[in-house]
Amino acid sequence: MEGQRILSVSGLTVAFGSTTVVHDLSFDIASGGTLAIVGGSGSGKSVTSLAIMGLLQEGVGRASGSIRLGDQELLTLNEAAMRRVRGGKISMIFQEPMTSLNPVQRIGDQIGEAIRIHRGLRGAALRKAVLEMLRKVRIPDPEQRIDNYPHMFSGGMRQRVMIAMALACDPVLIIADEPTTALDVTVQAQTLQLLKDLQRDTGTALLLITHDMGVVAEVADHVLVMRRGREIERGTVHEVFSNPRDGYTRTLIEAAPSLVGKWRGRPAAGQAVDVVPLSFRGEAAVLEVRDLSVRFPSYGGLLGRLKGEVRAVDHVSFAIGQGETLGLVGESGSGKSTIGKAIINLVPGHSGGVTVAGREVDYGNPASLGALRRDVQMIFQDPFGSLDSRQTIGSAIIEPMRVHGLASGKAAVSRMEMLLERVGLEPSRAGSLPHEFSGGQRQRICIARALAMSPKLIIADEAVSALDVAVKAQILDLMVDLQKEFGVSYLFISHDMAAIERICDRIAVMYFGEIVEIGDRDDVIGRPGHDYTQRLLAAIPITHPDQRGLRPPPANNSVPPRSPLRPVDYQSPPTRWDMMAAGHFIRRAG
Amino acid sequence: MSGIISESPTSAHPRNGMRSFLSRLNFSTQAGLAVLLLLVLAAIFAPQLATHAPSQQSLINQLAPPGGKYLLGADQFGRDIWSRLLYGARYSLIIGFSAITIALVLGSFIGMVAGYRGGAIDIVLMQMMDVILAFPSLILGLALVALMGATVTNIVIAIAFTATPAFARIARAAVMAQRDREYVQACHAMGFSGARVLFRHILPAILPEIMVMASLWMATAVRTEASLAFIGLGLAPPTPTWGGMVREGFENILSSFHLALFPSMAILLLVLAFNLIGDGLRDAIDPRMKDVS
Repeated sequence: MEGQRILSVSGLTVAFGSTTVVHDLSFDIASGGTLAIVGGSGSGKSVTSLAIMGLLQEGVGRASGSIRLGDQELLTLNEAAMRRVRGGKISMIFQEPMTSLNPVQRIGDQIGEAIRIHRGLRGAALRKAVLEMLRKVRIPDPEQRIDNYPHMFSGGMRQRVMIAMALACDPVLIIADEPTTALDVTVQAQTLQLLKDLQRDTGTALLLITHDMGVVAEVADHVLVMRRGREIERGTVHEVFSNPRDGYTRTLIEAAPSLVGKWRGRPAAGQAVDVVPLSFRGEAAVLEVRDLSVRFPSYGGLLGRLKGEVRAVDHVSFAIGQGETLGLVGESGSGKSTIGKAIINLVPGHSGGVTVAGREVDYGNPASLGALRRDVQMIFQDPFGSLDSRQTIGSAIIEPMRVHGLASGKAAVSRMEMLLERVGLEPSRAGSLPHEFSGGQRQRICIARALAMSPKLIIADEAVSALDVAVKAQILDLMVDLQKEFGVSYLFISHDMAAIERICDRIAVMYFGEIVEIGDRDDVIGRPGHDYTQRLLAAIPITHPDQRGLRPPPANNSVPPRSPLRPVDYQSPPTRWDMMAAGHFIRRAG
Repeated sequence: MSGIISESPTSAHPRNGMRSFLSRLNFSTQAGLAVLLLLVLAAIFAPQLATHAPSQQSLINQLAPPGGKYLLGADQFGRDIWSRLLYGARYSLIIGFSAITIALVLGSFIGMVAGYRGGAIDIVLMQMMDVILAFPSLILGLALVALMGATVTNIVIAIAFTATPAFARIARAAVMAQRDREYVQACHAMGFSGARVLFRHILPAILPEIMVMASLWMATAVRTEASLAFIGLGLAPPTPTWGGMVREGFENILSSFHLALFPSMAILLLVLAFNLIGDGLRDAIDPRMKDVS
């Protein structure tokens, strides 16, 4: 479908004040073609897209060079003419479907507005056009959904609405800025499939901006890799993936989950067992969780009566051995983070038994709670948010030691310096404040702070999800090294299969508050037994364009999402497990 | 790109030294600070700057116009207005500073505890604050002073009482915004006590907001004190207070307007200085305002 040139950018340079953020960038996109601009944060890829849209903040960002859409030069257009181009000829899909829609306008009105402005339709004809768009992006029951508000849509559905808005005026070019980054992996697969199908039908050119090589492998024809505002590599998607010339490109490619080829077929039929899956590796269990449930009361009605309970976590049992890493994987809302927080008593309303290093934790007893807080530490997702911005990092590491009476004075200082060195930071920087460090360095500080207590278990809640790929790999390596050195166990909570696969010994898969499968990493990834695990693994993007079409298209989730809201006196059915192999259990349906 | 954290450290702004903080303030704040400093110095060195004793009467110089022996003229008892203004600054400043300091400490404490603990404690404490807030501060202060008698201590207590709810409200809101931040969760996860989290970690984060409130309320306190004195509930004559001087000058406003003019201008100057400082601090602290400038 390669057609005539739609967009051609040549010698594009963008500067903010005296800082040049995009250097001399040139590329073309043909109609029906897909160009992916790939790079880490700060590489200038989003700024490039803003420059094309003419959305650089006036007086702050300056673009020079040439951006031609068809035979029209965009850089010299005035604002009024540019407005007709935006939305009419070029449209954009943003990263955050949650915030890109106006929450107080009906879905139909928002799509309709774009159509009305650019195509001049009104009344019944407008409604018909909107319905047609909703059907095109495969939103079920468009007649009812057209009058809904954005909060009634899931993240994936909202991104479909965004796509419908982008397509509403038959644009010649769509710019998609990280369109699936905020979505769960199964939803991402469906959204990418939809984008590809729509592009095939309409012949629109697509400029895809992403950091995820998996997404590139799925949809792009051409790839342009950017770093620090410069092009460092470009070519067809096959060239770039087969023979990456630059080391940075290779890092990016390696960072994508490489699960293809690990699948070893369906497991042999399981054998029903009536034990709870509490197996672990190693000699002694550091953590044992039995029948953990977390329930949030839900109030409703005129007088705010207790209507039911949200079962965020429902009868979850697992164990972690000494020096072992258990990965807890699942989509957003599956309750994986809640488990981590419940173990250290950060959420109210949890029940069930937790045993740490052989001692049953009594959450009502301050002494027992104090011991728990020494033995179990937590690393959070956001290294910006989890450090007190007004406390020097040295003091942040020393404080917990002092509070728990583990070390004080000189001993605490020397331990702090030792820890900083171990996590790869200069001990001389102990007097610096968190904002003087980069995201990766801050996460190192958080790790050092967690290690200060000589914990037996560290709960890492999406600890690397906010980091750039190259930094992510370094932090994961550091965590593995420190595990060998200190013998600490990890509960590694993440939605990121690549990170899970890299660091974990065993994996537990969460789905709607329950563990549906747990076992050794190679068993769970290689021979997934549960439907959901299979669906999750199938949705992970391929790692090489040659693999396109090799795997079955992601099935639309046939089972409607369950509501986690239950009546107060609801008894969940007893969980039964099938054992597929030693230590590999799947939850039996029903 | 909001989900991805940049690798470049944001070391653009160095550690907040006093000097760099001052340079971040805009011109009007610096002007406000300068005026306040001048008034404080005037109050401290009142004995050196005054040309007469503040209560020294001189019957032949009643209602003397400004100039000559009396820099700003003399009042109906022949007391030097300039000297009385200098000594009056002491009362205005002392009452303003002490009242607001008490209100700040008390109100912030109540608000922080209410915001941090939530639940029944929050409801009870904040309902109490709302009841106080429901009265206009001048009327409430008036009632309290009338009840307890007009001494410096009682005026300070009355003004502190009326200002406390404002600090409780702002501290509560600020604490609630911080309470669910991840660093607070991290503190809990490490087993820090509630008091430690609240006063060692949350307090420094919300202090700037409270300080802005304090400087704006300082202006209100000065005004309230002057108003109380003006309606006759201030310190008993012959104590020189600005509000009292305006009231006394009012009796001769048609013949000698300078009696009321100069103390009024002093009040205006002090209130303006506090307001300029408060606005400037807010701009310096509020990141949204920084983006605009």
